[in-house]
Amino acid sequence: MPSTITLPEPPPVLKAQSNNLDFYYGSFKALKGISMPVYANRVTALIGPSGCGKSTFLRCFNRMHDLYPGHRYDGTISLFPDGVNILDKQVDPIEVRMRISMVFQKPNPFPKSIFENVAYGLRVRGESSRSFLEDKVEAALRGAALWGEVKDRLRDLAVNLSGGQQQRLCIARALATDPEIVLFDEPTSALDPIATGSIEELIGEIKHKVTVLIVTHNMQQAARVSDFTAYMYLGDLIEYGETKEIFMKPKRKETEDYITGRFG
Amino acid sequence: MNSHDSLAVKAIIRRHKRWDVIFALLGLMALAVGILTLAALFVDMAVAGIPRLNADFFTSFPSRRSAQAGILSAWVGSILVMLVTAVVAVPVGIAGAVYLEEYARRNVLTSIIEINITNLAGVPSIIYGLLALGLFVYTFGLGQSILTAGLTLALLILPIVITTTRESLRAIPQYIREGAYACGASRWQVVRQHLLPYSTPGILTGVIIGLSRAIGETAPIITIGALTFIAFLPPMPFSGDPPAGLFEWLSSPFTVMPIQIFNWTSRPDPAFHQNAAAASFILVFMTLAMNGLAIWLRYRLRKNIKW
Repeated sequence: MPSTITLPEPPPVLKAQSNNLDFYYGSFKALKGISMPVYANRVTALIGPSGCGKSTFLRCFNRMHDLYPGHRYDGTISLFPDGVNILDKQVDPIEVRMRISMVFQKPNPFPKSIFENVAYGLRVRGESSRSFLEDKVEAALRGAALWGEVKDRLRDLAVNLSGGQQQRLCIARALATDPEIVLFDEPTSALDPIATGSIEELIGEIKHKVTVLIVTHNMQQAARVSDFTAYMYLGDLIEYGETKEIFMKPKRKETEDYITGRFG
Repeated sequence: MNSHDSLAVKAIIRRHKRWDVIFALLGLMALAVGILTLAALFVDMAVAGIPRLNADFFTSFPSRRSAQAGILSAWVGSILVMLVTAVVAVPVGIAGAVYLEEYARRNVLTSIIEINITNLAGVPSIIYGLLALGLFVYTFGLGQSILTAGLTLALLILPIVITTTRESLRAIPQYIREGAYACGASRWQVVRQHLLPYSTPGILTGVIIGLSRAIGETAPIITIGALTFIAFLPPMPFSGDPPAGLFEWLSSPFTVMPIQIFNWTSRPDPAFHQNAAAASFILVFMTLAMNGLAIWLRYRLRKNIKW
């Protein structure tokens, strides 16, 4: 029996780059000069203690802060290959959200059927052809490893699924529109360990199709799941690098203190 | 802890449990007073009025002869006025609430508007009647008509519709909104495809409660000039030649149930008092039925909305 040959991964291609990003909630400076790459088809994890700004940074990528008054971006996040600055006031947040989707901490399926949940992103774009939607919904549910469990009950209410299934449904919803980047904001913190395991496995699979940026409170999860890790503290990016380096040979003492549990 | 301490603790617990029971009984008595009073009133009216109820009562016009007097013009008038009230109050109320809750910025102006809306709910209904007399009847020249009555009552129940709609919108968790926006929806898409459908049970309840209040309002209707002896029916809505004929009914003179009841109560003949009791029974029954419908609709629609 020939053993499986793992081809070496191609060198990482830049998908997004934040340049000197400051972010203000009113007068409070929540992010200080964050400059960080996000590589395509890789999983990048943001770790750090509570209040360090990792969720704030994540939510800049899909302009979530625009929903609330008192926000201010200073600096750029460039999306490649076109190089557009998605934080620019001229850029419509809706266009950004159509290229970058998000999975939230608490699974938030809409009080609609499973089918309508996954199809929502497509409906918003004006797709109404039944067969097209059915194909995309099936592909998304397969991509989220949920198709087998729900294919006979697509008309059932999504909220009747278990917590882990709901989160996979939200991932399917995020994948249905073929996004370029999928943002995960602590996606497993509300789930039991078995559901957590299946979500982590899923993230490892979908990275071949999309770029993943994930915020996690759980260091071990970052070590298991990500290719690159960024450690943040109080709005600063302390260290960024390959996950192996960050966890085995961190360059900064603050990083080492956090990783070893002496801090945080 | 020796046995003496545990006896003291047991005594204290017994005393607290006694107060539990006393409070529960007091609460029950207060509830009973309210419900029994209402029930007694209703039963009294039913006993006096039900013997008078027959098919003729519903299909006869008022008459000087008590045995032939009926509520036909009154209940038709009430329904037509409610129709106008609903058609005006519902879209305006929902739109106002959606604007205040989803679009308006939180500043001094919005706060003033909010306070005003709450105050409007407490304005005596006769004031609405006077406003309507000056504005609708004379300034706009709409006359003493069903249209005027409907507009007046729509203003009256507008605060109820706006407030219940806002409460229903607020009950939708923020993470549902964020999920919809994250899919690339515009604000209007979020409102139309999520917020309004999910708040429909609450809105419907508010509308029906508002209408069940409006159906019993007498003062503003008298002020704008509803007549008390109507021996004809307004033209059927949307009958007649288009385009003007479709809306003839709006400019018709009319009467409503509370006014008919008031008219009969003020006559010396006790037979008319029985008529009034019968009509009151119908009116209360209509109100209770509308409230019951609101509760049932809310139950049915709420079943599918969970988060």
